[in-house]
Amino acid sequence: MYDFAPLIDSITSYLNTNFSPFWAGLLAMVMLGLVLLLIYAVLGLYLVYAERKICARMQNRMGPNRVGPMGLFQTIADLIKLLLKELIFIRNADNFLFNIAPFIVIVASIMAIGSIPFGKGLQAIDLNIGVLYILAISSMGVIGILIAGWASNSKYSVIGAMRSGAQVISYELSVGLALLCIITYAGTMQFSEIIASQQNGWWIFKGHLPAMIAFAVYLVAGTAETNRGPFDLAEAESELTAGFHTEYSGIKFAFFFLAEYMNMFIIAAVATTLFLGGWLPFHLFQWQGFNQVMDFIPPVFWFFGKTAFVIYLMMWFKWTFPRLRIDQLLALEWKYLLPINLMNLILISFLTLMQWHF
Amino acid sequence: MDIELKEKEEYIINMGPQHPSTHGVLRFELCLLGEQVKYVIPHCGYIHRGIEKMCEHLTYPQLVHLTDRMDYLSAHINNEAVALCVEKSMNVEVSDRVKYIRTILSELTRIASHQLWWSAFGMDLGALTTFFYGLRDREKILDIFEESTGSRLTQSFITPGGLMGDVHPNFQKRVAEFIKYFRKKLPEYDQLLTGNVIFRERTKGIGIMSKEDAIDYGVTGPSGRGSGFHCDIRKIEPYSAYPFVEVNEVTLTEGDTYARYLVRIKEMWESLNILEQLVDNVPAGPIMLELKAIKAPKGEYYQRVETARGELGVYIVSDGGPSPARMKFRSPNFSNLFIINKLAAGHKIADLVAISGSLDLVIPDIDR
Amino acid sequence: MQTEQLTTLITSWVPSQQPGVSKQYPEFILPADQVHFVAQSLKAHPETKMDYLFCLTANDRKDGFHVVYHLTSTVYHHVVVLKVILPDKENPSVPTVSDIWRSAEYFEREVYDLFGIRFENHPDLRRLFLEDDWVGFPLRKDYKDSFTLER
Repeated sequence: MYDFAPLIDSITSYLNTNFSPFWAGLLAMVMLGLVLLLIYAVLGLYLVYAERKICARMQNRMGPNRVGPMGLFQTIADLIKLLLKELIFIRNADNFLFNIAPFIVIVASIMAIGSIPFGKGLQAIDLNIGVLYILAISSMGVIGILIAGWASNSKYSVIGAMRSGAQVISYELSVGLALLCIITYAGTMQFSEIIASQQNGWWIFKGHLPAMIAFAVYLVAGTAETNRGPFDLAEAESELTAGFHTEYSGIKFAFFFLAEYMNMFIIAAVATTLFLGGWLPFHLFQWQGFNQVMDFIPPVFWFFGKTAFVIYLMMWFKWTFPRLRIDQLLALEWKYLLPINLMNLILISFLTLMQWHF
Repeated sequence: MDIELKEKEEYIINMGPQHPSTHGVLRFELCLLGEQVKYVIPHCGYIHRGIEKMCEHLTYPQLVHLTDRMDYLSAHINNEAVALCVEKSMNVEVSDRVKYIRTILSELTRIASHQLWWSAFGMDLGALTTFFYGLRDREKILDIFEESTGSRLTQSFITPGGLMGDVHPNFQKRVAEFIKYFRKKLPEYDQLLTGNVIFRERTKGIGIMSKEDAIDYGVTGPSGRGSGFHCDIRKIEPYSAYPFVEVNEVTLTEGDTYARYLVRIKEMWESLNILEQLVDNVPAGPIMLELKAIKAPKGEYYQRVETARGELGVYIVSDGGPSPARMKFRSPNFSNLFIINKLAAGHKIADLVAISGSLDLVIPDIDR
Repeated sequence: MQTEQLTTLITSWVPSQQPGVSKQYPEFILPADQVHFVAQSLKAHPETKMDYLFCLTANDRKDGFHVVYHLTSTVYHHVVVLKVILPDKENPSVPTVSDIWRSAEYFEREVYDLFGIRFENHPDLRRLFLEDDWVGFPLRKDYKDSFTLER
């Protein structure tokens, strides 16, 4: 019903008929880039707003409510403020690395967003190794964090960066293995096909208990990978003031800030796509009427709705849990999540081999 | 890079004077081995105002106002300490009404202080939500203070010879309301933090202080009682209305961060019990003694009281003049601070934050 | 332990002790070289067990610096006050008791910082509140400051 493929096709054919192949390709890329950047900026800003509202709700507060109706333009005002603020250059800092670090972090998250399917046909690149691509790109962000910590010439930053390095590299394993469970079920790494494989039921339901375990593990490890919630050791406000971005100011700080929220969005979007059926509507058994009502809701809404749910879970963690200590964090990964994950993977391989999933 | 390495590759970090978890201008000089703390050297004096010197030039009713600014979270109790010491020197006794009101105010102060501590302790551990729950309830107490004393933080209400004025007619009613309200809200504190798995992991077995160490370093108050040190002045040398009520001293023997946390939570319950015994029985009487001049006769006087953080001692040396010849405040935080090296050495940075949070330091009280 | 018993006990250790003027707590004025021995004995003696030094301070009087020790026992809860008078205002010094009670270490640093009284054998006698290059000792009566608040 809501297929975006014809729209995309018509734009492509229009470009191809009116321009030479080189210009057509270039224009398509520019348009795509602009659209993605727009999505990125709007999403980032409103995720910040959502976080502030949700945390305010959990803390008996109002949250932003002055700029615009219900404070909707508060984060835009904040962004303007950050844009206007002075960029402080640190004496004896490694300026080249210091300046490039926020860009590495933000570029990593922009690139990852390219392969996320927002709706049917609404996907910039449908790579046949989409999951692998996302894993590879999103783990590039930690390089930016390490560089930021190292180049700031601040001891707090170095500690924050080292924590972040240890944390992201460890939890990358759990994220990868949890996703591998679904890849084993679906038999493909391509996002469009993974979604197609969930036509008759989302993996979290038809993958039995192992899929649910994988989802839980993915949620924990994903939260840790974004340096958020109870796992925000890299920032650790009460210990390291602000960790790796202690020395950053103005728009460079905003880049880190925005990237954090976008990483959260990417983690949630991948969870949605792999576990919760992506943009597919919610279908219940063979209830035709119910299912048709569900079909009537556009897939983009389904996608963002599910993603928002996962993001809400992650925010909930953040605002109700105290922070872990670094050794507890690593123990959680290596002693609990990883063994659980490996056992889970064996179980899923067996289930897939016997074709026992729905 | 010019990260200076001291001898033997020591990695020194200055935590403070501006740092989110030192709750004021205190500086910890940390030596780190990776994440591990090798030793901590506390540096104080950033907010040293010379209160003891200033007191030598002020009259007794005037210098009460300075004591608010020491441990600003136990302002009433600090005032009370000076008032009691001066009254003791003049050998006069205030009316029962004054004693009751002083004790009610002191216990309210203790609860308010523990509420703020609980809020900030959660924040130290990274649970930001606690801050708002604690402050929500503290607001009720501050409102009571505001109504009766005209001030929310530095009240200077208790003065040698009695009180600055009578309490508001609503006072008893509102305190009774608060007791009822807070009895319902206090379990929320347990739900939010005490029962949390991560919280318990972070605090249990961290920074264990033995009873001997607590006595040796003079760590008093809830921090000392968490180690089984019976140091409650309300029991040892009862003052004001404490002889009239039943006070249960809360002590635990574990001595770790979690024990210090639990002592404070239980003390809030205990303070509510004390308040309940007092609030309906406030007798009538004068609120200010009729004295010709408020000044200590020649001699040396010492008064101990229990603030929210431990034992506060006021030592007055008087030549009989209008102002003291020497005024010494034995502040609880001063003695509580210096054990931190012993507690934190060998733990992680995050544990240092938890330990210093559990000692509940108020920096102006250390520096005075 | 009652005041009389304490007096006989301390007199047996230091015959030259004098009773103090304070009426609140039993007070004993000791010579400077005896205070460490008395402190140690008071802590070790099974009937006194003064294991908790809750206040150590000094004050500047006409006859010299008084160093005042407030001791109590966590077992018996009796309080005793020891006092040392240092007539030499130029170069006052008294033996440290920080090896007996750790709390004394920081009280002594504070007293050193504000009064300039040296505590011999103190492990770490530095200024505590003021800067290391501060001139003078503020709590002395003869301290003059360029921006003093004195009236």
